[in-house]
Amino acid sequence: MSGFRLKDHPRAAAAEIGFRFNGSDYRGRAGDTLAAALIANGVVVVGRSFKYHRPRGIIGSGFAETNALVQLGTGAHTVPNAVATRVPLREGLAASSVNCWPSVGFDLGGLNDRFSRLLSAGFYYKTFIWPSWHLFEPIIRRLAGLGRAPTLPDPDRYAARSHACDVLVIGGGPAGMAAARAAAGGGVQVTLVEADDHVAMEPLPNLRILTRTTASGYHDHNLVTAVEEIDGPVVRQRFWKIRAKRVLIAGGAFERPLLFGCNDRPGVMLAGSILHYLERHGVAAGRRPLFAVVDDQGYDVAIAARRAGLDVVGIVDARPEPGPIAAAADALGIAIYPNHSVTRAIGRKVVSGAELIDQATGQRIRIVCDLIGMSGGWSPAVQLFTQSGGTLRFEDRIGAFVPDRSVQNARSCGAARGIFDHADCIADGAAAGHWAATGEDREVPEIAAAVRAPLHLPPPGAKAFVDMQTDVTVDDLRQATDENYRSVEHVKRYTVWGMGTDQGKLGAVNGVAVLAALQGLAPGALGTTKFRPPFAPVAFGAVAADRLLGPFFHPWKHLPAHHWHVAQNAVFEDYGWLRPSHYPEGDETMAEAAHREALAVRGRVGLFDSSSLGSIEIRGRDAGRFLDLMSVGSPSTIKLGAVRYNLLCNELGTLMDDGVIARLGEDHFLMTASTSHAERVYRWLDEWHQCEWPLALSIAEQTARWAVLTVAGPRARIVLENADCDVDLSREAFPHNQIRSGRIAGVVARIQRVSFTGELSFEIAVAADYAESLATHLMTCGAAEGIIPFGLEALDLLRLEKGYIHIGSDTDSRTQPADIGWGKGIARKAGDFLGKRSLLHPSASAPGRAQLVGLQPVDPAVVLPIGAHIIGGDPHPSRGIVTSSGFSPMLERGLSLALLDGGRALMGSVVTAWSEGRSWPATVADPGVYDPRGERLNG
Amino acid sequence: MSRNYSALALLRGALGGNRNWDQAWRSPEPRAHYDAVIVGGGGHGLATAYHLAKTHGMTNVAVLEKGWIGGGNTGRNTTIVRSDYYYPQSAAFFNHSVSLYEKLSRELNFNIMFSQRGMLTVAHSRGEVDFQRRLVNGMALNGIDMEMVTPDQARKLCPIMNFGPEARYPILGGMLQRRAGTVRHDAVVWGYARAADRVGVDIIQNCGVTGIDRDPASGAVTGVQTTRGAIGCGKLGVAVAGHSTMLADMAGFRLPLRSYALQAFVSEPLKPVLDVVASSALLGVYVSQSDKGGLVIGGNADAYASYAQRGNIPTAEAVSAALVEFIPSFSRVKMLRQWAGIVDYAHDSSPVLGLSPVPGLYLNCGWGGGGFKAIPAGGETFAHTIATGTPHPLITAFSLDRFRDLALVDEAAAAGIEH
Repeated sequence: MSGFRLKDHPRAAAAEIGFRFNGSDYRGRAGDTLAAALIANGVVVVGRSFKYHRPRGIIGSGFAETNALVQLGTGAHTVPNAVATRVPLREGLAASSVNCWPSVGFDLGGLNDRFSRLLSAGFYYKTFIWPSWHLFEPIIRRLAGLGRAPTLPDPDRYAARSHACDVLVIGGGPAGMAAARAAAGGGVQVTLVEADDHVAMEPLPNLRILTRTTASGYHDHNLVTAVEEIDGPVVRQRFWKIRAKRVLIAGGAFERPLLFGCNDRPGVMLAGSILHYLERHGVAAGRRPLFAVVDDQGYDVAIAARRAGLDVVGIVDARPEPGPIAAAADALGIAIYPNHSVTRAIGRKVVSGAELIDQATGQRIRIVCDLIGMSGGWSPAVQLFTQSGGTLRFEDRIGAFVPDRSVQNARSCGAARGIFDHADCIADGAAAGHWAATGEDREVPEIAAAVRAPLHLPPPGAKAFVDMQTDVTVDDLRQATDENYRSVEHVKRYTVWGMGTDQGKLGAVNGVAVLAALQGLAPGALGTTKFRPPFAPVAFGAVAADRLLGPFFHPWKHLPAHHWHVAQNAVFEDYGWLRPSHYPEGDETMAEAAHREALAVRGRVGLFDSSSLGSIEIRGRDAGRFLDLMSVGSPSTIKLGAVRYNLLCNELGTLMDDGVIARLGEDHFLMTASTSHAERVYRWLDEWHQCEWPLALSIAEQTARWAVLTVAGPRARIVLENADCDVDLSREAFPHNQIRSGRIAGVVARIQRVSFTGELSFEIAVAADYAESLATHLMTCGAAEGIIPFGLEALDLLRLEKGYIHIGSDTDSRTQPADIGWGKGIARKAGDFLGKRSLLHPSASAPGRAQLVGLQPVDPAVVLPIGAHIIGGDPHPSRGIVTSSGFSPMLERGLSLALLDGGRALMGSVVTAWSEGRSWPATVADPGVYDPRGERLNG
Repeated sequence: MSRNYSALALLRGALGGNRNWDQAWRSPEPRAHYDAVIVGGGGHGLATAYHLAKTHGMTNVAVLEKGWIGGGNTGRNTTIVRSDYYYPQSAAFFNHSVSLYEKLSRELNFNIMFSQRGMLTVAHSRGEVDFQRRLVNGMALNGIDMEMVTPDQARKLCPIMNFGPEARYPILGGMLQRRAGTVRHDAVVWGYARAADRVGVDIIQNCGVTGIDRDPASGAVTGVQTTRGAIGCGKLGVAVAGHSTMLADMAGFRLPLRSYALQAFVSEPLKPVLDVVASSALLGVYVSQSDKGGLVIGGNADAYASYAQRGNIPTAEAVSAALVEFIPSFSRVKMLRQWAGIVDYAHDSSPVLGLSPVPGLYLNCGWGGGGFKAIPAGGETFAHTIATGTPHPLITAFSLDRFRDLALVDEAAAAGIEH
């Protein structure tokens, strides 16, 4: 093949563009695709096939290109497996062939081709078993794969856009344009997407045209996704989600190759693609083309090639009686070979001729040519239609599958449903457009009955490729059939036919026809393999576009007083919310800071930001009843202004969360939830309310509306007394487990006497906007008492000393209330509640359940690693886990909480904790060792 | 009886133009009666039939498959085999399964390509590292080859993960099972099918079960109604994953299972770029590279019950974003296909394996997203259970009774993501 540019085509006058391919410099023209420019420069071999590393040239002109895959660019901008027929030429573009070494011209992997019979369908299932697959796998891996993935982060960005319209037209060819015009004429909002860079139609006010936009997926409820190529300095692609009332699929058709020996040689092309390069790009793919056809459709190309000045050496027509169109070709002096077919392409690396056979006599002749154009008929692009749920039927008139039954509001028109005549396409598109705008059906053209030659199976050994990229031949399909892989899905998986980057656009229909013939069935009897989204490969970055990445992947949740914490030198950590873990002074480590902060709380007073604790209000006539159903306890009996510790279980009686419930009014409760469980607890309440117990109440998640600051420590009351608070703070008027409303420094506040540290605590909630001013105010008022802010690390030490648990860390998916010492009252609770059945089940009181205990390492300096196991169990070695650990500032020793099988019966005994090969003896103790009688929190 | 596969066989095949290969399995007409019928021609069903014939000498056995064998979850999963299970019962079972996988190519004379490249699950916070330590220690005590890895070790195993300062979730460590890896999923189906056929099992494709016949007096199973006629059987094994509840319905009992779509993705083929199975539960994504070069990617199951075996956009977006966040250089790599399988979950994400309330009917279901890795052990123990009428010791914890007895094996809490 010796491609060249036609001098009298307008493209020849377009601006020159320089580009590189495989290290050589070339010049193309503005408007070229990379494929067109390569052909114009006479480049023939552009890639190597997947398995046999056979040299491959450009075979097509669009999505169905399976050979011309290139690596575009380098470094972070590189794109693997770009399809040269879809890459617009740009100044400075650099591309190289994939899957070849050392070069595309001389590829050592080409040795595979010599041994191709050893490497037939599924050969790897039959060998490489001894001594071990691991010996062979690295070599196979290196040989497989095509392009190279970038290894640097993607510097480009992707945009996303949602769009709604009345009518979406997919494809801007003759049928698509007619459809869009007719639909727009009906006054509705129409959007047309076209993969190419222009649509040759007039603008209309209610028609939006998106060029360089490829519909990629067709999902439920007429949701179509599309990828728009932007290639801008910032945005590379835009991912569209288009919801249309009606969708018209006018995506055209794919031409089928013919099955003859070496039909994969560079220089063998689809006839329609030869025409595409001639007409669109003014590029001839060869000087002496030969065309092989099975019906009238290839003749047009031969005639056009002749008119463009090429030396068309003949048309090989597989039909005994060529149609009337043969006369037109004959008139141009083109030789016709009726009742002949090509048996093989001649030429080692590129086509230098073709061998024909006279089907009547069996006589073979050779013809010299540098290009073979194949026209095996056209298959409608039904991929999006089947994605929509539509079914297909085999249409004998065109030898391919066409859309049959739609399940969504969609129609196919034009070539996408087997209408190939230009005028018919326009009429079909117009009818579809009219239907889309009005819902009215109009008469549509019939699929034309063509005289076609039947499928001709090449003889064994012919190396006739059904799927070029994956190197699947007719012989492979034959072998798979012999081996009883009969379902098309089995054959696909066994031979990898249709699994290339084109996902069968080139070879699927030929393949099912061959398989059916091998099984003695009608061509459409086996159906097709499943066409999955996307229609054409889509960058993950483009699909991800709508979900921002980095800091926005899961947006940070900042506390309302975040900036205040920053000013206090807080170190933040992500606990679902970005919360201060500690406030180091000087060069303190985290452990040192936490130690200091915890001692300050025990000795004086500290300020802790509790704003991230879940805050859920339940309000309504049945609020108390509902909470009783949801809780282990009976919140309905909480007195007005009182607060009570509460446990939530799931149906299995397993602990979900703990917290406190405050009664703000007769029908008004405030529930707190752990930071990490807040969202789940809210959804949990909501689900049970909506699905099981639709009682008279409403549930509102209020966490973000409130800032909650906790003043904790023996001097907490003094701090508040100095803080311009209008609530009576005395021990008698405001005891532990009570809630009051009032004002602090004029700001409306809810104050609760609850404690997560074991110290006297006031938890003050104000509107979130007042967070920073309240924090500043409290620090000022507490300055004389030595108040300092303390973070989660200190809180963790304080709760550990008290044995206060964190549900989810100190409990697991089996832990029930009794296992943490809250078993009393469950059997007595009269009403039903979530988990009751499970908690009264014998398994809940079985011996040996894992129970919460404290652990004190025998060596007080040891801090057991969280996640250590307690060993020595029987029959299984593990008998428990260390769930929390730290070095207690008050006891000056390591302390842990643990879930230990039958733990409460083991108090005082020494067990062995083990982690990653190390072990430590530790004494089983009560979980709460500091102030065990809980006197300090009463202040 | 087909001949053995070997390099020599390939040579013989090549010399004969590859026209001399035997059928991998026959496609016989169903007989009127079998001693045992297995419903479901996936990995579990075929492995069970193989072991019934091979190990227990029951050769009058059929596998009934509604469509084509391996067309369900065995052919749709992301091919990962591992045994990083937490509870001792699960650990014993899945570790046994990995051991069987290590020998399976030879056992079946079919290369299933178990690539023990290791599976790395990263941790993104101190809390997650602590949790992984709990898992790793527990697994190690149960005899599983699990180890903690440092961030540096994680970087060596997979340098393209997001170690950059812009990462939303830094990588603070991880856990690694070196024996874990990937297996060519279709090969498991075909290998078991061929091996089962060779010991006399009838594989009946395109044969959907429409009803279950029971003896009116004893209630015991006597046969099945199918789209290819009535087939009598002495024992009936059901291994149909997401459709188990429908089969149970035919037999007149209910199962505590829910079926969800679990989606997966594969990329265009690439030269080797990822040498381990890399997973992040927090991000909700895991990825490996097949020997063919495609990235095989999965995420979490859809949040709602469904039988729709297809992908959707919200999951594609969520998983793509997680993938790019996890391995930023994959942003420019292209998705080639998106699909879904229907996975059936019990409350505790452990399988239901053993006896059913109906005499003669045995259950193999509830695998969730984890059935593929269990195929060899599932087949072996299920065959034992069917042949002897007594649950195999490795599966007693997975009986249906555990829901009545509240003796759950809660792996849901231990795993965090399907794969």
